[in-house]
Amino acid sequence: MTIAPKIELSGVTKSFDEKHVLRGVDFSVGTRESVVIIGGSGTGKSVMLKCILGLMRPDSGSIKVDGQETSKLRGSALDAHQAKFGMLFQGSALFDSLPVWRNVAFKLVQAQGVPPKEAKERAIATLASVGLAPDIADLYPSELSGGMQKRVALARAIASKPEIIFFDEPTTGLDPIMSDVINELIVKCVREVGATALSITHDMASARKISDRIAMIHEGRIVWQGKTQDIDHSGNPYVDQFIHGRAEGPIKMQVRKL
Amino acid sequence: MNPLALIGRTCIEFLLAVGHLARFAIRAVRHCFVPPFYLRQIARQFIDIGYYSLPVVGLTTLFTGMVLALQSHTGFARFDAESAIPTVVILSITRELGPVMAGLMVAGRIGAAIAAELGTMRVTEQIDALTTLSTNPFKYLIAPRLIAGTLILPVLVLVGDIVGVFGGFLVCVYDLKFNAANYISQSWQYLEHRDVASGLWKAAVFGFIITMMGCYHGFNSKGGAQGVGKATTNAVVSASILILVFNYVLTGLFFAGK
Repeated sequence: MTIAPKIELSGVTKSFDEKHVLRGVDFSVGTRESVVIIGGSGTGKSVMLKCILGLMRPDSGSIKVDGQETSKLRGSALDAHQAKFGMLFQGSALFDSLPVWRNVAFKLVQAQGVPPKEAKERAIATLASVGLAPDIADLYPSELSGGMQKRVALARAIASKPEIIFFDEPTTGLDPIMSDVINELIVKCVREVGATALSITHDMASARKISDRIAMIHEGRIVWQGKTQDIDHSGNPYVDQFIHGRAEGPIKMQVRKL
Repeated sequence: MNPLALIGRTCIEFLLAVGHLARFAIRAVRHCFVPPFYLRQIARQFIDIGYYSLPVVGLTTLFTGMVLALQSHTGFARFDAESAIPTVVILSITRELGPVMAGLMVAGRIGAAIAAELGTMRVTEQIDALTTLSTNPFKYLIAPRLIAGTLILPVLVLVGDIVGVFGGFLVCVYDLKFNAANYISQSWQYLEHRDVASGLWKAAVFGFIITMMGCYHGFNSKGGAQGVGKATTNAVVSASILILVFNYVLTGLFFAGK
């Protein structure tokens, strides 16, 4: 790769008690690139994102963001590191005690000290960019459908224009049409904000649509990575089994949770 | 299993839990004194913990004071010592029953509410979402509750003291036909400053215990609805037990050698 990587992981391991979730992940994401990580449930995808975000500490290995080692940051350095990120959570994770606009403007108001009036205007503008009308700004998250909540969560993730956005299973639990709407919004928003995107999913339609590059994780290691258009002739038995959704193959289903 | 191994394992698990709690508590208290402070959140907690607990605390201490007067009357009437009833009521209420009853009731009301709210926020990833929005969950969620709980419980207990003494007054004057003016002057006669003050110091400690247990169990809950239920139970049970233990310890400290 010619451009310097935005995120670079080498030899990252993480275990919980006896369970080795990450067993040496080597992986990088270029600036303004959109990478999707695919893999079955319980293969360490979420743990990997949380390690990069600094919500968890890896046991060994290095995680660099913008060339800076982040796995041992503390205090205000960790805050500065985390400020680069926006994240769309699997279950949206909207704050149910706050109206929609306060959710979207949360970082602007709480962390950047934008006055509420201006923050609300910016929240409404961000909501418009994900196709939501201004009148939902004063509703509470519980009054919205799952698809609408996802859009609000997307608006919240992009509102502060982060350098890096993580998408944790952005289409899980949505119908195929709403999934496609969210996928299109993700592509559009990432381009508009000019962000680097890293997503995890097991929805192949979504992965194909939003990614420049796909990596497959299995049993805590990256087993394949390549351009999105090469995924159908990867020659990798794990990838073939996964994208065709076959029960038979090298991947044995984990029955117990990792 | 080998009974010796069982004893060992139980002890180690207990010590681990104590250590975990101590680290959590130190971190939480530190965040109470380091800016930024979320004044809106602190104000909200003052209202939730203080104002909305008034009816519960008032009713509890009212009936405690009433039954106290009634019971001490049955005893004291047997050796013509009815005139000691006002003193017994006010000393018992201010030194013991006011803080303990209010503490236990608030533990049920607030400890459970905090654990359930934070637990739900944990399992729906809202706490992780706070971090990705550049907001420290210790400062935004835990510090406001600890500050409000510790400062407002003495106020609640002071109100409870007054209502409790009034309960004793009601029973004695309207049921046992005491002279109202005499009752009031007798109440004051033997009351010392330290009787009330010790109760209020206890209340502050109980407020800290209740909110700390709610936050600790809620913040560290895992595993969906069942986990949140368990966290809520643990918060109330541990807070109640600690209140009774610390009540004894504090009484010993305040009145040592007296």
